[in-house]
Amino acid sequence: MLNLVDVLLFFFLAVTALGLVRLRDLFAATMLLSLFSLLSAGLFIVMDAVDVAITEAAVGAGISTMLLLATLAITKRREKAPRREVELVPLMVVLVVGGALVWGTLEMPEYGDPDAPSQTSPMTRHFLEKSRDEVGAPNIVTSILASYRGYDTFGEATVIFTAAVGALMLLGGRRPKDARLTGSVLQPHNRQSLAGAGADEMQPKELHLNRILEVATKSLVPFIMMFGLYVQFHGDYGPGGGFQAGVIFATGVALYALVFGLTPAQRVLPPRLLEALLALGVFLFGAIGLWTMVLGGNFLEYGVLSDGPLHGQHLGILLVELAVGITVAAVMLALFFLFAGRGFCGPQRKR
Amino acid sequence: MLGPGLYNYWMVIVLMMMGLYVLMAKGNMVKKVIGLNIFQVSVIMFYVTMAKVRGGTAPILVPGDAGEVLYSNPVPHVLMLTAIVVGIANTALALSLVVRIHEEFGSIEEDEVQKMEDHV
Repeated sequence: MLNLVDVLLFFFLAVTALGLVRLRDLFAATMLLSLFSLLSAGLFIVMDAVDVAITEAAVGAGISTMLLLATLAITKRREKAPRREVELVPLMVVLVVGGALVWGTLEMPEYGDPDAPSQTSPMTRHFLEKSRDEVGAPNIVTSILASYRGYDTFGEATVIFTAAVGALMLLGGRRPKDARLTGSVLQPHNRQSLAGAGADEMQPKELHLNRILEVATKSLVPFIMMFGLYVQFHGDYGPGGGFQAGVIFATGVALYALVFGLTPAQRVLPPRLLEALLALGVFLFGAIGLWTMVLGGNFLEYGVLSDGPLHGQHLGILLVELAVGITVAAVMLALFFLFAGRGFCGPQRKR
Repeated sequence: MLGPGLYNYWMVIVLMMMGLYVLMAKGNMVKKVIGLNIFQVSVIMFYVTMAKVRGGTAPILVPGDAGEVLYSNPVPHVLMLTAIVVGIANTALALSLVVRIHEEFGSIEEDEVQKMEDHV
């Protein structure tokens, strides 16, 4: 049971991954990783995982590329030449582990088998058959994420909150002076750090390039924001929800910051506000859970929030997705500002 | 049971092993983070592969369906969706460690940093 799209996408993924292993130019590797994410998002759609595809496209091709680029601008762009072209011990380990894993798959049910244990498990059947009457949201993924497994999602929100706090503690402290990204990355002195020594030759064309990017960004950002809001509030009807919307929203602001500079972007969303929002989302999630307990239900049992259980579920899912969206957007933006503010042209940078 | 039905799993394993190789063989820390990302995407793909049902559609309820529509399994989708977002938060944490290491040692190559550590 194979289709051509599936085979081709996996083939492209393997070629991209091979390129990633071999490339020593980290800038090119970052771009290739972005392509890798986009290809895998396509594959997720082929495999019916539309929610996962949106998340992977926004996270892998958007935020993670930006964070890697920002890291490269602060550190080094090229990888040191390896001692050997192929490291023998890791290669052996990889072959043995890979062989063992392939051996393990021989007992796996075939791809797409409707009688596989994961398909026939009582839990899966329950979600597929009962969620319409119990939760009411057409998107079953959202029903499970926000309602059936709401407690777990609360944990995930806490995890990203904790990771952001960790990064803020590592990098947020003493910032090197005058190392901020004050102008746009595209301005000559800033661009130098990204593009390396070759940037000077491009001076005459600078103005045009900048103008095109500025106009394009200005017309794109409102649509990105609107799409983010759509994904946020339409999450129970179609693919989407707080996780995806938060990342898309953050990508819009980050794009603006990349082209117009960090200062104008931070005027709209100052770091203090982001730090507050970061905590607010998790707080809101927990507060909803406690509120349902006050109303006599279990933790995150939304049914008690309103007159009818289905109406209560709808309200609860909306609020919880909003809380997740706020946390994710704030975390992603705080992280991006953190890396960008660390200095695209820091004085300590050696090349 | 050998057959094309396991093709997806094998390709996932190939990708996973490439990620693992980068993690072990490369000394550059940014490269290691990239390897970790490849590994992560392949694990996610493994779960999503298990969720696919032949002839099924995305797990979004079709209006008026009385049990005749076949949906893919939504549970792995939920788990992987959150895993992606948690993964990027952890990637950011790893990258901020790389940045701090670069500030302290002026290098992001594992062996160079280790050499400097030994001298201190």
